[in-house]
Amino acid sequence: MKALKAAGFWALIAAILLFALFPFYYAILTSLESGTAIFTPNYLPEAFDLSNYTFVLGQGVFGRNVLNSILVATLTVAISLGLGLTAAFALARIPFRGRGLMLMTILSVSMFPQIAVLAGLFETVRALGLYNSHGALIFSYMIFTLPFTVWVLTTFMRDLPKEVEEAAIMDGASPFVIVTRVFLPLMWPAMATTGLLAFIQAWNEFLFALTFVSSAEMRTAPVAIALISGASAQETPWGPIMAASVTVTMPLVILVLIFQRRIVAGLTAGGVKG
Amino acid sequence: MMLTLLVVAGWPLARTIWFGFTDASLGNLDEARWVGFANYLEWFDYGDGEGEWFGLLADEQWWRAVWNTLYFAFVTVSIETALGLIIALALNQKFPFRGLVRAAVLIPWAIPTIVSAKMWAWMLNDQFGIINDLFLRLGLISAPVAWVASADTAMIAVMIVDIWKTTPFMALLILAGLQMIPEDIYEAARVDGVHPLKVFREVTLPLVAPALLVAVIFRALDALRVFDIIYVMTPNNSETRTMSVLAQENLFQFDQFAYGSAASTMLFLVVALVTLGYIRVARLDLGSGR
Repeated sequence: MKALKAAGFWALIAAILLFALFPFYYAILTSLESGTAIFTPNYLPEAFDLSNYTFVLGQGVFGRNVLNSILVATLTVAISLGLGLTAAFALARIPFRGRGLMLMTILSVSMFPQIAVLAGLFETVRALGLYNSHGALIFSYMIFTLPFTVWVLTTFMRDLPKEVEEAAIMDGASPFVIVTRVFLPLMWPAMATTGLLAFIQAWNEFLFALTFVSSAEMRTAPVAIALISGASAQETPWGPIMAASVTVTMPLVILVLIFQRRIVAGLTAGGVKG
Repeated sequence: MMLTLLVVAGWPLARTIWFGFTDASLGNLDEARWVGFANYLEWFDYGDGEGEWFGLLADEQWWRAVWNTLYFAFVTVSIETALGLIIALALNQKFPFRGLVRAAVLIPWAIPTIVSAKMWAWMLNDQFGIINDLFLRLGLISAPVAWVASADTAMIAVMIVDIWKTTPFMALLILAGLQMIPEDIYEAARVDGVHPLKVFREVTLPLVAPALLVAVIFRALDALRVFDIIYVMTPNNSETRTMSVLAQENLFQFDQFAYGSAASTMLFLVVALVTLGYIRVARLDLGSGR
């Protein structure tokens, strides 16, 4: 019975792994094949041909697109974490009138469908002279990263024991010191989680990146991939598309593998749960 | 912070709503004139007593898009919640290589939506796709299926991508909730010899419910505005066209800026209604400050 249970559990884990990893594995497999080999489905690696990668990175502006994505996502995360942390501190700890209303407003902003602000944002971005620039994207990405960051950080901060902060106040610490010296170390796991989420959201974003940027060299990588096409609709260049996809995804996968430890360690650390 | 939100969210929203009541076009945003509800519903008289209703609310494509969106959101979020809960429960157990498995599960979520859409479009390709190959070998289908292209399966195809991509997000949020549950409760239940299923139903589920409800609302809001998967995988397909896709097409491709703005405004209203309904039903405890 016990062995059966264990076997069932491992089968479940195997199924989860297969479900999660197979598409990416298959994309790597395809990206390493060229010519007609691409068109015969195979489940195990059969070729190791980097020509798709040299094709994608060697010609055109795809390398530039990847750099654009990195720049935009990093700045977006930095700004929204900075703003989010201070806002979360105020919302979770300082009692003031209309706090509930404010939290509701923030939630309702996070519920804004991007398309609902698209027309107005388009006008704003043009009026600010940001059209077709990184600024347009960083600016517009605040709409989804900021509410999310504030929301998660506030929830997390509310759950921290008040005693920690009261002790700091007793010792005569100023609000700024409390945020940076007391909360920041405790918030680190939550910051890592939200920062990672915000980064991935910004990295993945498509609608704004498609709309607010018009020239090929300013595009972010996802838009560039979506717009890779062959000579005709029948000739989709799957090899280069998969190579580009793997290129864009690899940094994220590595990032997840690094941050994963922090997230798990942070969430399971006994320090906060008390 | 509030100021930033006001500039990136409040103002554009107000402008979008305003554009919905004008005859704005992409070329002359500044010269837009007020036209009242004409974009939403207008009686066009042919002059001989005959006439026809025009506008968004009389547009079959729009209602089709509304239905597609709600259908898509409901199915994907339900399946994602169930799968996410299973994965979170499995990952909450202690077993060797748990960290590695957790990291692996997060990978689909880290992959850009466009990339996942492309990857699945390739796997679901009718001639060369591995899914057809696999299903043929297993005898599940007798002839290759044009998953993305055919009207019957296009919706299934985009749903698969969404479920694959966002289940990890769900699992992550639920797992975070599960780990907040103190170990002692399980310890006590085990000592008392309570059946695991009963423990799940009466201890785990109620305690993880707040995290679960928040996860569901985040996912639902995301699913209701789905755009990129559908735009990339099945462009120009009325079977999968959602409200967001319809609005974007009108705004920037068909040069019907005002009509698209009207569609965006309606989308906003639909999403707001669904959200308020959900909060009411789930009695989410927002901002009560505890």
